[in-house]
Amino acid sequence: MAAKTIDDIRGAIAERQTTATAAAGDFYSRIKKEDPEIGAFLTLCEERALAQAGRIDTMAAEGKDLPPLAGVPVAIKDVMVTNGVRTTAGSKMLDNFIPPYDCTAVARLEAAGAVILGKLNCDEFAMGSSTENSAYHVVHNPRDKSRVPGGSSGGSAAAVAADMAVATLGSDTGGSIRQPASFCGVVGLKPTYGRVSRYGLIAFASSLDHIGPFANTVKDAALILRTIAGRDPMDSTSTEIPVPDYVAELEKPVKGLRVGVAKEYFGAGLDPEVRAVVEAAIQKLAELGCEVVSVSLPHTEYAIPTYYIVATAEASSNLARFDGVRYGFRAKANTLSEMYRQTRDSGFGVEVKRRIMLGTYALSAGYYDAYYLKAQKVRTLLTRDFHEAFKKVDVIATPTCPTPAFKLGEKIDDPLAMYLADIYTVTANLAGIPGISIPCGENHEKLPIGLQLFAGHFDEGTLLRVAYAYEQGRP
Amino acid sequence: MKVTDKEVSYVADLANLDLTEEERGRMLRDLNSILEYVERLGELDTGNVAPMAQVSDRYGVDESRQGSGRFAYAIREDVKDGLRKSLPHDVALHNAPDTDGTFFKVPKVIER
Repeated sequence: MAAKTIDDIRGAIAERQTTATAAAGDFYSRIKKEDPEIGAFLTLCEERALAQAGRIDTMAAEGKDLPPLAGVPVAIKDVMVTNGVRTTAGSKMLDNFIPPYDCTAVARLEAAGAVILGKLNCDEFAMGSSTENSAYHVVHNPRDKSRVPGGSSGGSAAAVAADMAVATLGSDTGGSIRQPASFCGVVGLKPTYGRVSRYGLIAFASSLDHIGPFANTVKDAALILRTIAGRDPMDSTSTEIPVPDYVAELEKPVKGLRVGVAKEYFGAGLDPEVRAVVEAAIQKLAELGCEVVSVSLPHTEYAIPTYYIVATAEASSNLARFDGVRYGFRAKANTLSEMYRQTRDSGFGVEVKRRIMLGTYALSAGYYDAYYLKAQKVRTLLTRDFHEAFKKVDVIATPTCPTPAFKLGEKIDDPLAMYLADIYTVTANLAGIPGISIPCGENHEKLPIGLQLFAGHFDEGTLLRVAYAYEQGRP
Repeated sequence: MKVTDKEVSYVADLANLDLTEEERGRMLRDLNSILEYVERLGELDTGNVAPMAQVSDRYGVDESRQGSGRFAYAIREDVKDGLRKSLPHDVALHNAPDTDGTFFKVPKVIER
């Protein structure tokens, strides 16, 4: 059985009980045995992984101090570019794309000693909530292989849940880290907008896109965040706000912290078993000394329609770059105009085209004010809701998702039903606040249920502290 | 029905998509279903609400300054080589579907 935490692996390498090379080999064996039935990986990069593991082993043999993630096997959602390693974004459009540079978050993991095993399956261009929109293959939820792992970072969640990586990176534009973390029973963290550089993240919706970790424990999520956070001159939206030692924050007491509960997250559509499990988790936080306080987030019901206008509008612009000229797929055609169209028609899948169409419509002359501008105004109201609430409380506790993982194929023909799977997660993207999903129980079918916590902007320290206290005190 | 057949064609044209007959039909159905759901935004009076222009507008910015000066942290010296060297020519062309070794090649632009 593979070691489950960063400290287990790094400690075993530091104490010379194993080597980074052996650890990477163990994980590759496990991937080759388990992944044919799960489908989490799109590309393995063994050469790069073993070269990095070799560097760590040399350091260990020479008795040098090992970096914080030394030898830790990780994997990366295939929307983050990796120098020399194929990066597809789950799309046929980028089937043959070999990036010439590394995403900053990936480079920072590697600089901290992590060993990158490979690239993880996801919905095409991160557009989806089940990973069924991958142009390659579906991902089966390791907890019940007839069900989806969630999405769009389904491969990232499944790889951790099936012990095929100790931690992974995902991206979260409307819930794409927290929702699959909930469905697969692992920890998933979306940081504050501006906390982690998006340089090298293939853009979906730039005002909503975030990079964050998946892990088995809150402490590991804190370790990864500490590594990837902070100003990057290559991303002007990354801020200079200092990065605290998130691991040190974990041990601070939670007694007296105020936990907000908003009725808007416990309304119609919430599965009764999910409600009961999440309410018990909030009760547990009260037992740990937190004060549970009612808060109101009155515009919550408008979050999904706001999100699907803003996200698709930005996507229609970001995805205009895929034209078959400089990289990626090109369809054969006689004229440039035909080439553009046929490339995009054949290269993009149905959900991507649907979102490009919706976004283009929302931005088109005559509809801009009614849709895009209106949505951005409602976004201001949704953000104000959180500013008001965080005057009264330190964190807000909600279910991550209204239901546990649904069946493969169940929602694939109904885009609106699929969009509603993100109903409790999109608000954090619209407002830019940090959110985390941690496992808090199971339903009668043993399907995992996630507790979501939100905190104010750049208050990941408190967010992780409460999540850690809950995790340690969990029954 | 908010969106018509004709608008689907118009929007596909703007987005540089052709779409098959079948895709157009499905797009018409899906766009109308989603936009019908989006209609509920009209319930809110946003007459005095400013549109959100910057997610991090309140964070890391210098509140005492005006305009772009507020985002001074994001501004850097204008260095000739940029923050990193440009990619070598061959690397920049490496992923291109078609080149002549110097430029990206595309089908003819002007139709006669």
